[in-house]
Amino acid sequence: MTDFPRDAILVVLETSASGVLEDAAPGLLGAAAAAGTPVALVLAAPGAGGSAATEAAALGAAQVLIAESADPAALGVPGVDALAAAAERVRPDAILISHSLNGRDLAGRYAVRSRSAVSADAIDVARDEEGVVAHHSVYGGAYNVASTATFGAPVITVRQGSIDARAAAQPEVSETLTVVPSGKPAARIDSFEEVVGSSSRPELRGAAKVVAGGRGLGSQEQFELVGQLADALGAAVGASRAAVDAGYIPQSHQVGQTGVSVSPQLYIALGISGAIQHRAGMQTAKTIVAVNKDGDAPIFEVADFGVVGDVFKVVPQLISALEARKK
Amino acid sequence: MKIIVLVKEVPDTYGDRKLNLETGLADRAASDVVLDEIGERALELALKYADANDGADVAVLTLAPEGATATIRKGLAMGADRAVHVCDEALLGADLGLTAEALAAAIRRQGFDLVVTGNVSTDGSGGMIPAMLAELLDVPHATGLSSVEIGDGVVSGTRPVESGVQQVSADLPAVISVTEALPEGRFPNFKGIMAAKKKPFEVLTLADLGVAADNPEMARSIMLTVAEKPPRASGVKILDEGDAGDKLADFLVANRLA
Ligand SMILES: Cc1cc2nc3c(=O)[nH]c(=O)nc-3n(C[C@H](O)[C@H](O)[C@H](O)COP(=O)(O)OP(=O)(O)OC[C@H]3O[C@@H](n4cnc5c(N)ncnc54)[C@H](O)[C@@H]3O)c2cc1C
Ligand SMILES: Nc1ncnc2c1ncn2[C@@H]1O[C@H](COP(=O)(O)O)[C@@H](O)[C@H]1O
Repeated sequence: MTDFPRDAILVVLETSASGVLEDAAPGLLGAAAAAGTPVALVLAAPGAGGSAATEAAALGAAQVLIAESADPAALGVPGVDALAAAAERVRPDAILISHSLNGRDLAGRYAVRSRSAVSADAIDVARDEEGVVAHHSVYGGAYNVASTATFGAPVITVRQGSIDARAAAQPEVSETLTVVPSGKPAARIDSFEEVVGSSSRPELRGAAKVVAGGRGLGSQEQFELVGQLADALGAAVGASRAAVDAGYIPQSHQVGQTGVSVSPQLYIALGISGAIQHRAGMQTAKTIVAVNKDGDAPIFEVADFGVVGDVFKVVPQLISALEARKK
Repeated sequence: MKIIVLVKEVPDTYGDRKLNLETGLADRAASDVVLDEIGERALELALKYADANDGADVAVLTLAPEGATATIRKGLAMGADRAVHVCDEALLGADLGLTAEALAAAIRRQGFDLVVTGNVSTDGSGGMIPAMLAELLDVPHATGLSSVEIGDGVVSGTRPVESGVQQVSADLPAVISVTEALPEGRFPNFKGIMAAKKKPFEVLTLADLGVAADNPEMARSIMLTVAEKPPRASGVKILDEGDAGDKLADFLVANRLA
């Protein structure tokens, strides 16, 4: 495999410690297919490269370069070295990376090293006559902004869960990438504890429905009401920062400015006042429902259906009504 | 131990934030500006270390327009020893690459053992400056830390990622970024506010730093279009009279959402 497509979009895909591709992979390849021919660089845990390449091809990568780190305990730097080697070979029109913590580090370091322009947190990628353009939703969805590079391939990080497009499966064409380590100093990963997906609930990012709870739920035990409604609807569970700060639920469920940004079909806010920083992460939802006992709560300003009432009365009744209808 | 904390002036998230539709830049006149909360948490980490360890020198560094002086002074009032303000008209609308270059040059000029930043800023949500700085400064990065321990020649911490939680460590000098899981910044007291007026406050231009805003070898990110989305209108609001749960179920079913 020496030739790469002239309209290649290089997509960087990480595997988890257990070897499977990151959740963002289908969306990243879907976005790439809309702007050119997806070529994947798989940053794999040792021994996981082969299976990850098969997975990447099934998700739409026309060609796959495999880089298994020689030093998996080194934080970030081996990935940058691999990306530099891959970009050198593929000469892509753009590079797409997940806007995850590791993805942001990779994009930032690589952009500096290669003197490339970087576009952060894109929600869509397109190609026009001039080149590849990134679309962003900024200030909590109040503005749409399009950006591109003055020249060269832009490095674009893509917001997780924002791309619905999927690429058609491709026959697997893969090869191992030769990477010369840069020898740059890196932090060490001294230990790692994998969170096993304990819940059968959908992932918050990219979920079609989200039920979120706030400080109004009052305690960790009572917060389970949010989970019960979520299960009745097949929804993911979200939370306000106040609920996270109070320890009702882990930070990974926080919706808002400094948490996850979601754009689901349905967002139900329970006991959430609707502070501007919370709205910044959910106000692009198609339909918003709010239950709050304070009729003046700002969440009602964005709600399509607002209930002024007590969540502990309204929500159990809602759950039974939904269950009754299922029968 | 020389610690440089990166703080940023941002439009107050409690207010309405506006972009200028012609330039695509933040409309500073339209909103109040504040010291980014995450920067205050980063500074708190450094100040706690300085409280417990003699010989620590804490500087706050920012890149911002001229008017940002008052905001930066808040960092001094909280307890930082010095402030450095990178300020140059050529930085108006600077992209991430140019911002990182200028900040890295200012950091190099100060000398450092540890650079502490926020994980993401509330206005840009780029979350890339820390890693870019590490690459430019040729030091390790340990980003997104939800707890931090600053030791002798080493910094370590907890780093939550998608698939789990890492424990990481880096030899100094290093760049770290912290999350909002870290404690809030302290309030400046009267003594701090008075002392801030006498602390060193250095203003640097791009020429001082030897950075060119228009270096033709550097690809830059440019904005092509900016459009404002119409604000969301509110719909119906009902008062629970004992049947709101049923009514809500009707609404969800009627809209094929349940
Ligand atoms: C820089 C910055 C970033 C931030 N980022 C985020 C973010 O990402 N996400 C986020 O959510 N917040 C964020 N915040 C915090 C935000 O400002 C609010 O403090 C937070 O959203 C409030 O959470 P809450 O609505 O759960 O709590 P509160 O504001 O305390 O509201 C609780 C609500 O519950 C209602 N309630 C109480 N009991 C009941 C009941 N029995 N039935 C019905 N309703 C009831 C009350 O009427 C009240 O409206 C940020 C703040 C800053 C400064
Ligand atoms: N203009 C700036 N001046 C000072 N620090 C900055 C600036 N931009 C970003 N930072 C630092 O980098 C962190 C992450 O910002 P960002 O990469 O822009 O999301 C912020 O929390 C700051 O600590």
